[in-house]
Amino acid sequence: MKRDWHIILNLFASSSRLQKKRAYLTIAAIAWGTVAILLLLAFGEGLKRQLDKNRRSTGENLAVMWPDVTTKAWKGLPPGRPIRLHIDDLDFIRDRMPELKAVHGEIVSWRTAITYGRKTVNGRVIGTNYVYGEDRKHYPQAGGRFFGPEDEINRRRVVFLGNDMAKDIFGDEPPVGKTILVNNAPYTVIGVMQKKTQMGMYGGPDANHAVIPITTFRAQFGRDRLNNLVIETQQPEEMKSELKKLNQVLGPKYGYDPTDDRALATWDMVKGAQVTKNILIGIQLFLGIVGALTLLIGGVGVANIMYAVVKERTREIGVKMALGARRRWIIMPFVLEAVVYTFIGGALGITIANLLVSLTSFIPIENNKVMSFLGRPTLSPQIGVITSVILGVIGLLAGYFPARRAASVDPAATLRYE
Amino acid sequence: MGSNGNGTIIRMSEIRKVYDTGKVTVEALKGVDLEIHKGEMVAIVGPSGSGKSTLMNLIGCLDTPTSGAYELGGQTVAGVSRDTLAEIRNKRVGFVFQNFNLLPHISALENVEMPMLFGGMRSAERHSRARKLLERVGLGDRVDHKPTELSGGQMQRVAIARALAMNPDIVLADEPTGNLDSTSGSDIMSIFTELWNQGSTLVIITHDPALARRASRVVEIRDGRITADHPAAAA
Repeated sequence: MKRDWHIILNLFASSSRLQKKRAYLTIAAIAWGTVAILLLLAFGEGLKRQLDKNRRSTGENLAVMWPDVTTKAWKGLPPGRPIRLHIDDLDFIRDRMPELKAVHGEIVSWRTAITYGRKTVNGRVIGTNYVYGEDRKHYPQAGGRFFGPEDEINRRRVVFLGNDMAKDIFGDEPPVGKTILVNNAPYTVIGVMQKKTQMGMYGGPDANHAVIPITTFRAQFGRDRLNNLVIETQQPEEMKSELKKLNQVLGPKYGYDPTDDRALATWDMVKGAQVTKNILIGIQLFLGIVGALTLLIGGVGVANIMYAVVKERTREIGVKMALGARRRWIIMPFVLEAVVYTFIGGALGITIANLLVSLTSFIPIENNKVMSFLGRPTLSPQIGVITSVILGVIGLLAGYFPARRAASVDPAATLRYE
Repeated sequence: MGSNGNGTIIRMSEIRKVYDTGKVTVEALKGVDLEIHKGEMVAIVGPSGSGKSTLMNLIGCLDTPTSGAYELGGQTVAGVSRDTLAEIRNKRVGFVFQNFNLLPHISALENVEMPMLFGGMRSAERHSRARKLLERVGLGDRVDHKPTELSGGQMQRVAIARALAMNPDIVLADEPTGNLDSTSGSDIMSIFTELWNQGSTLVIITHDPALARRASRVVEIRDGRITADHPAAAA
């Protein structure tokens, strides 16, 4: 084996070389294919990461439920009865499902007058629990905060604004510490949300609403029925069983069949995320296949050149055979040559693709609607591995088939004539 | 190698070779019996189309006969794999071609080393042996030249050095002077004679009566059959 390689490398070194122009063109074709596959995969990876980030900006491992009607008869009661959850249900659920990471309720007041000085805007006001700040990713901009448990217990009149609403009301003025009127009652602004690109939403974008403690909301608006109930699990895979358990907890209380999973309308974001993930895998697969086909064309180019080389070197091959070269000693230098061209082209392509991808980092992503959705093309180690494997396979095949033809040369026929 | 002191190097009996091109079948050799002994210098002569090139291919194990028995240096050449055939060529046969067939991209030294590389010789041994062989054919000062930088006569001398690389049972030359001017041609003939005097076994296929005259034995072939086989002096 070692001797084989000694001979093969020697023969590789003593073979006539490709004309420069041909070698360049072949290498360029492989480089082009490599750039194509890398850019497409990088684009897919960027899209995946951005969508994932945007999706997570709503919150992770969440399920939202809102009032609906029963669909199954239960203990003599007919289907079609509305189920309306109450603020008190929140503690009821927390007591019976302590394994949940968070439970919060939301009561919504649509088109509420919010006034600052002479300016009044109509906006959505949500009364909710303090855990909302964390589980719905309402992170405050510097200098502000989300409301905490004391605000909720003490029914403080504090308000946390979405960044777009804050801009609407205050323009360039700093909002934190200012007093605004919500439905003619004074509230202190304690924080403004950090800008985020949000994928999943119910009711509207987070940037456009104002959030106050649910206790304060109840006192001011006199409402105690929940518009939304939101639960957060520790792990995504727990969501399915937790939703089932939630109906077992609430079913007896409200008198509906615990297996009636439509009594409360449910948006399981974990399930939705899985669907998105599958679609993205599909997109990446598609992009990868398109790229691989482009690279394959480069590979066909290499194979084509190698066939021509075999033809050109027929006499050289015949001579080596007459001198006692074995089949594999003829085949392997050709394979090696194709692999070398593929390797150089691949390395070149990887360099160019890296350069192009790093150039896209100069495109600003802030305030760019397209980029904040598509994300930045990103090269990951997996992309590198996939591309290298494809390059390797193409190089081997592009060398092997022409080399087999080389090994089938009949030395007797090639040596005699000019 | 596989043969004893004055033993038989080549033993062919009832050798037939049929080329089947699909449309036509050509019987190039129609039953050849030939024995060549160690230390002989045999010239094979005949008009073109007589089958002498086919005979050379068979002797040199570049091709296998359609039927008949062939022993080279005591080893039967029939039904062996391509790699074994390659090994037989490497160890037992040294080729000299009309058109030299040197590899143009490597030096004279590397050309001479090539069979030794296949034979598994170590690199230091290859270098010194190739250098000695080139000196023996009078090219000690041309070892690093590429074939394109050499004259026809010099190229053929490199080819002879290469043919001797593995110390083969026979040196097989196919019209070795065919592409050379008369001066270079006679130089090459002198080298062959010298090799013969030193004990090598040579088989030379030629048109050239001058070369045939130097052989110890002349075999005439015509129409796929040996028609005459006699010592050269009688020619």
